[in-house]
Amino acid sequence: MMKASALVGKRPESMRFHAPLVPTIDQIMVEERANAFTKRSLKTSAKLAGLKMAVSMCDLTTLEGKDTPGKVAYLCRKAVQPIEAKYGVPPCAAVCVYPNLVKPARVFLGPNSPVKIAAVATGFPSGQYPLRTKLEEVRRTVADGADEIDMVIDRGAFLAGEHARMFDEIAATKQACGAAHLKVILETGELVTYDNVRLASDIAMRAGGDFIKTSTGKVSPAATLPVTLVMLEAIRDHFFATGVRIGMKPAGGIRTAKQALAYLVMVKETLGDDWLTPDLFRIGASSLVTDLLMQIVKCSEANYQAADYFSLP
Amino acid sequence: MSTPRLEVKKTYKLFIGGKFPRSESGRYLPAHSAAGAHLDNYAHASRKDFRDAVVAARSAAGGWARATAYLRGQILYRAAEMLQNRAGELVSEIARSTGARPAQARREVTLAIDRLVHYAGWTDKFAQIFSSVNPVASPHFNFTMPEPTGVVVVLAPDEPALLALVSLIAPVILSGNTAVVIASETFPLPAATFAEILATSDLPGGVVNLLTGQRAELVPHLASHMDVNAIVDGTGSAELQATLQGGSAVNLKRYTRRDLKAADWFADKAEDPYWILDTVEYKTAWHPMGV
Repeated sequence: MMKASALVGKRPESMRFHAPLVPTIDQIMVEERANAFTKRSLKTSAKLAGLKMAVSMCDLTTLEGKDTPGKVAYLCRKAVQPIEAKYGVPPCAAVCVYPNLVKPARVFLGPNSPVKIAAVATGFPSGQYPLRTKLEEVRRTVADGADEIDMVIDRGAFLAGEHARMFDEIAATKQACGAAHLKVILETGELVTYDNVRLASDIAMRAGGDFIKTSTGKVSPAATLPVTLVMLEAIRDHFFATGVRIGMKPAGGIRTAKQALAYLVMVKETLGDDWLTPDLFRIGASSLVTDLLMQIVKCSEANYQAADYFSLP
Repeated sequence: MSTPRLEVKKTYKLFIGGKFPRSESGRYLPAHSAAGAHLDNYAHASRKDFRDAVVAARSAAGGWARATAYLRGQILYRAAEMLQNRAGELVSEIARSTGARPAQARREVTLAIDRLVHYAGWTDKFAQIFSSVNPVASPHFNFTMPEPTGVVVVLAPDEPALLALVSLIAPVILSGNTAVVIASETFPLPAATFAEILATSDLPGGVVNLLTGQRAELVPHLASHMDVNAIVDGTGSAELQATLQGGSAVNLKRYTRRDLKAADWFADKAEDPYWILDTVEYKTAWHPMGV
């Protein structure tokens, strides 16, 4: 088997793997602090602004074997205009699909859409495929019109202690992406400990990921507040050390507007207002958008809403 | 001289999604007997508790409607069994709340059990009795059958606190609806105890949700809630009726009023199988023939 470094070519010294020095994570405090973000009270205009911001940060996702071009066209339509214009809701940040559905999505959205196309790649969701085919998959997906690639790390390699191989694979994928943005999925539900999450986050950021992302959505638990907090703190430390802003994308398990607002509060209080933009914070979700829209309509109509009156997730 | 034992006063909680949460508002109210004595405390539900109850009822609705009629009947019968088993508890709850004599209270509990058994029998019978095959002038087999409406809000009258509650809930849930029930305002404790019994009777969580508190505070919110499909109003109050019907216009909720005098709940008219039809939707199918 060809080594990752051979496929990558020569990289400058700064882009070679050095085991990062990472702090240990205090499990009790991370969980307590993450839980504290759910206690903030957001009301009226601040709540409405938060709900609309959350919609603008959503990667509207469909990752099923039964996805069709029609389903993707529907999702694109929903992302461009989530609800009637009178509610003033911005478009979603992106649609997130499998590589084979990038082409139909691009046909539907056109070349200069405000809604980006993200595609999962590198043998999603397991990542247990040869690097050569993973890179080929990334190149073709980008050529088909993907703006963003959501790659999965090889958790097996990470857990076996082959951190250098994980680093090299991410770096190689970044190169294969070209102009496309790279999100690195850590699949935190399989990394077992917060210390592993922190280490994997640091490796992913140093190897060239533009975003770090919690989960594929295929493993439970998916995104949780404490895990996201660990990753946000890694991003903060990386910013202090290098001045580079890395984005964050929790994905999977975020279904209610209340949860989404708790994530926004956590981002604001951990990284500051700079990160409160779709360029640096995304939420991977499908049914969440319906709940956000229901709460937005509730704010203006002043009665509790029903999913029957909203588009399907 | 020994010190007198301090009484252990219970705080009855809400019943939402098969769990017993306190009110999210943190409020509670004192429950008084008819004679004015302080009995125990109970949760004072807020509009957000109602919202949570509707979410629980909605998520239980699909599974409950898909359960076979036979299974729904078994579960309602099981509820009657559990009620029988704990009849003494309910008798003393009614007696100390309303001041009724034990024999009177026992009569109410016994009737409540019988009514559950009565409606348990209807689960696998109402569909065929209230369905029809319709003559049509085209080569179609045309038939009409009832399906559950969805999430139903039930407002119980103040008295009889237990019997009226059971008589209102059973015909709603037997067809596959889920219910959010607002208990008697003057005597909430028998209803709260009934919820504790339901929790151990195989009824899936969320099929019956029970809120205690003040009706007038909740009514505007349940009237305007878009995810409530029907309201069964046993309160007999004209003001509440106006609000409820006004709100029903927003999303075309079915509104049914059951004005019975307290004594009438003990009579046959309170176990009317036609009550089942107030919370079902009729579906008509045209099946082509000779193709």
